Order: sequence, then C-alpha cells, then structure tokens
Amino acid sequence: MAQAVSQESPTAVARPLHPRAKGLARWHSVADWLPVVPFFLFFSVFLLLPTVWLVIGAFQTDSGSFTTSNVRGLFDSDILDAYKTSLEISLASALTGGIFGFFVAYAMIRGNPPRWIRPVLSTFAGVAANFAGIPLAFAFAATLGTTGVLTVFLKSHGIDLYQSGFTLYSFTGLVVVYTYFQMPLMLLIISPSIDGLRREWSEAATNLGASTSQYWRWVGLPVLWPSILGAMVLLFGSAFAAYATAYALVGSEFNLVPLLIGRNVESDFIGNPQQANALAFGMIVIIGVVMLIYTVLQRRSSRWAR
Amino acid sequence: MKHGLLRNPWNLLWLVLAALYFLVPLYGTAEFSLETTPGHHGFDAYQAVLGQSQFWSTFSLSLEIAGCTVVISLLLMLPTVFWVHLKLPRLRPVLDVIAVLPFVVPPVTLAVGILRLFEAGGAQTSGIGNVFIGQPSNWLLSGSIFNLPPGIQLLALAYVILALPFTYRALDAGMRAIDLRTLSEAAQSLGSGWLKVLLWIILPNLRSAMLSAAFLTLTLVMGEYTMASLMLLNTFPIYMFQIGNEQAYQAAALAVISLLLTWIALLGVLVLGRTTNDREVRIGGAH
Repeated sequence: MAQAVSQESPTAVARPLHPRAKGLARWHSVADWLPVVPFFLFFSVFLLLPTVWLVIGAFQTDSGSFTTSNVRGLFDSDILDAYKTSLEISLASALTGGIFGFFVAYAMIRGNPPRWIRPVLSTFAGVAANFAGIPLAFAFAATLGTTGVLTVFLKSHGIDLYQSGFTLYSFTGLVVVYTYFQMPLMLLIISPSIDGLRREWSEAATNLGASTSQYWRWVGLPVLWPSILGAMVLLFGSAFAAYATAYALVGSEFNLVPLLIGRNVESDFIGNPQQANALAFGMIVIIGVVMLIYTVLQRRSSRWAR
Repeated sequence: MKHGLLRNPWNLLWLVLAALYFLVPLYGTAEFSLETTPGHHGFDAYQAVLGQSQFWSTFSLSLEIAGCTVVISLLLMLPTVFWVHLKLPRLRPVLDVIAVLPFVVPPVTLAVGILRLFEAGGAQTSGIGNVFIGQPSNWLLSGSIFNLPPGIQLLALAYVILALPFTYRALDAGMRAIDLRTLSEAAQSLGSGWLKVLLWIILPNLRSAMLSAAFLTLTLVMGEYTMASLMLLNTFPIYMFQIGNEQAYQAAALAVISLLLTWIALLGVLVLGRTTNDREVRIGGAH
C-alpha cells in the first residue's frame, strides 16, 4: 500500500483514469485521511464538544428544557459589572504591557545595545511570559505586598505606598502584576515585526529630508500598527482569560468574570451551574470577537511581510 | 556604533526599566523567602516547605500527570503532524488554527465545559450527554488507564489540549527543519513501511523537538491551577496555593522553587532549540 500511495504524483492524477483505477484512487484518498482521525477525534471530544456543550447548557434549565433566562441573566447589573471590570483590566494591562513591551523590543533591536542584550532579554521574556498564576501572585505579594521587600524599602526612604492609596490587592495591583507577563509577551510577539522594518526605509526617508517624527508618522507606524494592535489584542485575550493570578491575589470575591465562574462551579451550595454556563458562553463570545479583530489585523500586517 | 545606546537615551531608559521590572520582583521574592523574622535570614521557609509530606506527594502527582500528558500528546501529535506534512499539506492551515484554539478558549470555560460533558450522573441529565458519553465518562473519571486517582486521568487528557499549541509548534518546526520527503522516500525505496519510517528515520531526527515539547508541557502542568481547582483535584499548584495562603514566607519559597523549575525547563528548551535552529516564538502559559 505504501508504494501505491507514493505514486500519486500530480501528473498521474491529471491523466484520465480507468474506471477501476478511479475506485482505487478514491480508496487511497480515504486511506490518506485515516492517520489523522485519532487527532481530530481527540480534539473534538476534549475541546469542541465541551465548548458546544457549554453553549447548549447556557440555553437550558436545570431539567434540560430550552430557556433564555440564563443568558438574559448576564444583563443583571452585578454581572454586567463583572464583565466591565474584566474588560477594563484586560484593556489596561494590554495597553501598559503592550506599550512597555513595544518600546523595550524596539530599544533591544534598533537601539544598538551591546550584543549580549538581545539573547539575554529574549530568554528572560520567555521565562517571564510563562511565569504566571499562583507563583507570580506570591512573588508580587513578597515584593509589593503590605510587608513586601520593595514596600518596606520605599517606606524606609520616605515613600509610603500604602499610605498614598496604593494596594496590590486591587484593580491597579492586578494591572501591575499582569504587566509582568504581558510586557514580555509583547516583546516576543512584536520582535519579528520590528526585525521586518527595513533600515532602507528609514534611510530613504532621511535622504529625502524627513525628520524622525515624519518617518514614524508616514512610514514606521503605518507599517507596524496592524502588528502592534494585533499583538495587543492577544495580550487582551490572555488577561481576559487569566484566573489563577487574580484568584491568588485578590480572592474569589473580587468581581471578575473568570472568578465569578469559578465561584459558581466550585461551591455546591451557593453555586449555580446554569449561570456558570451562561457566563462562560459570554466569555467565549467576547474572545470570539477579539480573535476576529486579530485575524483581520493579521491579514493587514502580512501585506508587508517579505 | 559601539555606544549606540548612548545616542538615544530613550532606548537606554526602556532597557533599564525592563531589567528593573524583571528583576526587582525576583529579588524581592528571594529576599522575602530567606527572611525568618523581619531582619533575620535563614533557610527556615525552605526547610518547612521541603519537610512537608504533602509537598512531595502533590509534587510527584503533578509530575505523573505531566508524564501522562507528554506521552499522550506525542502519541497523538507525532503521527498527525508527520502525515500532514507528508501527505495532506492542505490540512496544515487547519492544524495551525486548531493549535491556537487552546490559547483562545479560556481554561475556565474549558473546565466548565469538560465538567458538564463528563459529569458522571450529575445534576445535568440533559439527554444526549448520557447516551453518548455516559459510559466512557465513568471510564475516563476512574483513571483506569494510567493507574491514577479518579478524575486525575480526565485532567491529564484536558492538559493534552492545553499543551497542544506547544506540542504542535515544536513538532511542526522540527519536521520543517528536516527534509521529510527525501528521508521517507529514501527509506521507502529501500523497502520500509510507514511505521518503520516514522520510528527509525523520523523519530531520531525529532529528538530535540520532542524534548522541548515535553519541557514546555512540564512547566505548563506543574503550574496549572485553574482547571485542577475547578475539577477539585489536589495537584501541586493547588497545594502551593493552600500553603502560601497561610504562610507568607513559605509562599515566597514556593514561588522561588517553582520559578527555578520553569528556568530549568525553559533553559533546556533553549539549549535544544539552538541545536535545531528552531526560532519559534513561544507564548502562553497558565495565567
């Protein structure tokens, strides 16, 4: 069988086939698909089906009949508030992490730093982007918590963070902590695009008498902005989905959508599984919109790719 | 050129800021974990952490889960990626998209979906679910395949999904780096079948790609909190959270230990990556 399959070169297909050969070719094309069946089965059972199930569950009552009350329940002011806070935190951390990460990436690639900077910084970014969840929350509590090392250090130098209104266990605190994985994520995602920004373009602009700001206004940003926005969209998604970091830092009572879902799933007594379905459905819809934007931006940014 | 940074102080500023942002929390955590009482230093927190039997039992459980996840991921993905590269290049864009999906679907929602789908005889008796999945779900929850505690097996299978982006990217890059077609055609013309090609020709060439996939999966599983906690299973991250919530110094010590694990695993990937010339950008993690 193996040899027969490998003989299916394009020229062989182009020739008109004998009826019996046609049947054989059809069998081979079915056989061609067999090795990938287990993967697609697994993927369907553990990703597709659970998601579909959840969406169906969002429109079902306890006993399984159709209802829209779960989804309508999403528009309660408490829940709307959770979505609003989630979206705001994701937006804020995508912006801070995105802008910070972009400038660091640009300085690393185009600032002519010593050679060893780039590999070291990229490695650090790889680790930091993967350093999240519980240990990240602990690290920041040890550094910027009420008795954290940095808090104590600043206090002994006359800057009392917690007196001046800052607390790690708040919206601002979450943004500061999320930035720890968002910034390196941005650095990793945006670096290839900055690499692709050709030096000739800036040289040509300079030769034609353009200032630095003119170069950025008319050349640099128009080329880069789809990649920058696209990367920030991904950062937005990663913050929106974050659960463990927030849970460890601010506790399950903080009004964020993932925490609200967790509260409904984990506790058997106050939990409401139907509401968890609807909440998760809402998250999927938002992430779906985010990914749609990302795809459109990707298409735009690939126009300039070599 | 040598002092390029000094020409534009902004670039220098951003790099210094980045270094501070990366390093200060790390220093803070290390310092805090070494404090015994304010002002005094010692390894008390580490001794306390490492002396707990629960530390070791949850740690080894998570290692076991990671092992299962790695094995299933590779068994599933190796033939698939191999075949798609060789015979079904049309499917590659499809796989590219599927491999991003686990980044896109939040782990919270995936956990909720999996719980609903596989809940054995739970409140959700919505017809089709039990007819379709009823039997296998008991079997999946029982942990009979890998001899794991009940439910853990389902978690390991769910982690295969979460690890899919890493596994796929590593294997995809690995296969792109070798001349798959020539190698397998050469082997076939010498009379070996597909299985032989995969086992004796492709696998040895993919050793570093497989290892880096395994390392990334390991860091993922050793840090994943969300799904384990929603599925009410006591893995290492769950233990870490419980201890850390009560003992501030031990929390810092655990953070250092977990960071060291991440470092070791990712440095492993990096060293391997250098040999295969694999310049994939790796994103994601258990946020």
